[in-house]
Amino acid sequence: MSNRMKNIVVPLVAVLLGVLVGTIIMVATGYNAGSAFIALWNGAFGEIYYTGEVVRQVTPYILAGLAVAFAFRTGLFNIGVEGQLIVGWLAAVWVGVAFELPKFIHLPLAVLAAAAAGAMWAFIPGLLKAKFKVHEVIVTIMMNYVALHVTNYIIRTVLSEKSDRTEMIAESASLRSPFLEGLTDYSRLHWGILIALACVFIMWFLLEKTSKGYELRAVGFNQHASEYAGMSVSKNIILSMVISGAFAGLAGAMEALGTFGYAAIKGGFTGVGFDGIAVALLGGNGPIGIIFAALLFGSLKVGALNMPLEAGVPNELVDIIIALIVFFVAASYMIRIFIDRISKKGVK
Amino acid sequence: MKKRKFGLALSLVLAAGTILGACGKSEEKGGETAGGDNKEKAFSVAMVTDVGGVDDKSFNQSAWEGLKAFGEENGLEKGKGGFDYLQSQSDADYSTNLNTLARQDFDLVFGIGFLMEGAINEIAQQQKDSHFGIVDAVVDQPNVASIMFKEQEAAFLAGVAAANATKENKIGFIGGMEIPVIERFESGFLAGVQAVNPDIKVEVQYAGAFDKAELGQTIASKMYSSGVDVIFHAAGGTGNGLFKEARDLKKKDPARELWAIGVDSDQTAEGVVEIDGKEHNVILTSALKRVDNAVKDLSTKAKDGSFPGGETTTYGLAEDGVGLAPINPEVSTKAEIEGAVKEWQEKIKNGDLTVPSSKDELASFSVE
Repeated sequence: MSNRMKNIVVPLVAVLLGVLVGTIIMVATGYNAGSAFIALWNGAFGEIYYTGEVVRQVTPYILAGLAVAFAFRTGLFNIGVEGQLIVGWLAAVWVGVAFELPKFIHLPLAVLAAAAAGAMWAFIPGLLKAKFKVHEVIVTIMMNYVALHVTNYIIRTVLSEKSDRTEMIAESASLRSPFLEGLTDYSRLHWGILIALACVFIMWFLLEKTSKGYELRAVGFNQHASEYAGMSVSKNIILSMVISGAFAGLAGAMEALGTFGYAAIKGGFTGVGFDGIAVALLGGNGPIGIIFAALLFGSLKVGALNMPLEAGVPNELVDIIIALIVFFVAASYMIRIFIDRISKKGVK
Repeated sequence: MKKRKFGLALSLVLAAGTILGACGKSEEKGGETAGGDNKEKAFSVAMVTDVGGVDDKSFNQSAWEGLKAFGEENGLEKGKGGFDYLQSQSDADYSTNLNTLARQDFDLVFGIGFLMEGAINEIAQQQKDSHFGIVDAVVDQPNVASIMFKEQEAAFLAGVAAANATKENKIGFIGGMEIPVIERFESGFLAGVQAVNPDIKVEVQYAGAFDKAELGQTIASKMYSSGVDVIFHAAGGTGNGLFKEARDLKKKDPARELWAIGVDSDQTAEGVVEIDGKEHNVILTSALKRVDNAVKDLSTKAKDGSFPGGETTTYGLAEDGVGLAPINPEVSTKAEIEGAVKEWQEKIKNGDLTVPSSKDELASFSVE
């Protein structure tokens, strides 16, 4: 079996195994697995409204997945997508409420502000890694908490008067569209999905088709060799983190300008950034893979909400299935060996 | 290779986190009803919880108990066409959940908690034929009924009880987040203490979260060790840390008199300590917020065709919407406390006393 085929088959097998074990758990705990999966399907694609909601959920997942994958492809683990997303969210809302501008300036400005905020937030761990060899995992994890509490503080004191949320952003900064809402029976689908898809293309183009992308990947593969070849390792590390952070910031902009239209004080993380790690993992860190992985996670998340009502299954079970899928993807080495065995047997 | 192993470890941590995160939720098994065989369409009602979940021992749980009581009274069954709930796992889910219930033709859909204000406001404009209820926030739409509480009145009584129970003349207050609801709790509580004895010192501290029990415990530990002997919390799950600290201290030193005051529902069960085979309880009382009564009341109104759409119903002491749980019999001054509470309760009920609902009002508050 060729490598490329394997890259497609392994995630598929992981998903199937996840669903299979999930089914076993459901049956073992006395739930009707059949009706549960039907409810899951109906909750994701049963009505055009739910499909709109799925696409809405997929949008930030794609961007968060891209952020993780981009860093990963250049040899870095950006666990701080969550924090970069939160500061991006705040920046977009800030621009959205603070200015009054025509739409063709305001909206791009808000989106860019989010990307810049996310990039800035990722710049710090990038810099620390490049200059002082501080491990980026630790720094980014800690930066998540800093982001959470700093944004809460700003929302409470600067963007509102001791309230728990900001005002709605101006219409001219919104990604929402009555057209898409009408199309999907009032779902919160917004134009952000186009931005997300554009970013998929940007990531592919940047990594695969430019010399800068080649450098970034080279540094990821082998720092010493790249340095020997005359590339600046520290510059490339910082650049990689900044680009990754910009993607994460854009994911925040999707929530800010599309889904919510405001920023509220958060008691905890949104989870989108962490799910992004799973999306990138399942998507094999490739642009197309990420789209499909985001679609899967998005439909699981949205569809799960329908399971308690229609099938009486707690939606925590879907979390278990998602976790199992991630588990099997992480254990893909196992699946690879298994596939190798089988294909070898076929040859004999 | 090293990197791959590291990635593997990371994803395992992630997977473990997700799995563990899903633990600890119990669920009643869904008693399903077949939606189609209703002769006439019975009145059906459903609710969406906020991220606390339906078993939060407080707000959401109380609302769900109200719905269950309403369902039992009217012979409804759990599920479609009867009464049901959906849980939200993040604030992105509110909108979807509310929409789902409205689309499943529930006659009345409750959003529990002020966090759902925005979502309800939006959906009410889209689903004009559905009726919505919201707790703890005001949504000005013709098909939304808003439920508010005079938390300050319950907190005032808790303050009166605390002021009568303290020996050290030092009392503590732990708030969840600095939001208007908790401010009402704080103002009422401070006013209640002040009404009994203006010389009592009240330490106020906010935890910044409703789900951080460890933080609640740290704050409580600091307060208790500085000589505070009664602490009231309005902090949801964070308050569980207060109870734990109170129980631990009691176990260490059974002679010490220290008390904790619960919130929203009667939290007596959280304060049981066993010392040398004898059961003690560290919960003095609880400031009750009867979300269950309010939800049931509104559902009944809606069923009878008098849904108060576009209006705000405020439940206070007089409407049985808030109150104080029975006083712990272990308190030496129990009779005294009960007498004082009763006295103030009457004053509030017949309108002689208006309890301050904000810090500004508290500043100009005086008993006379």
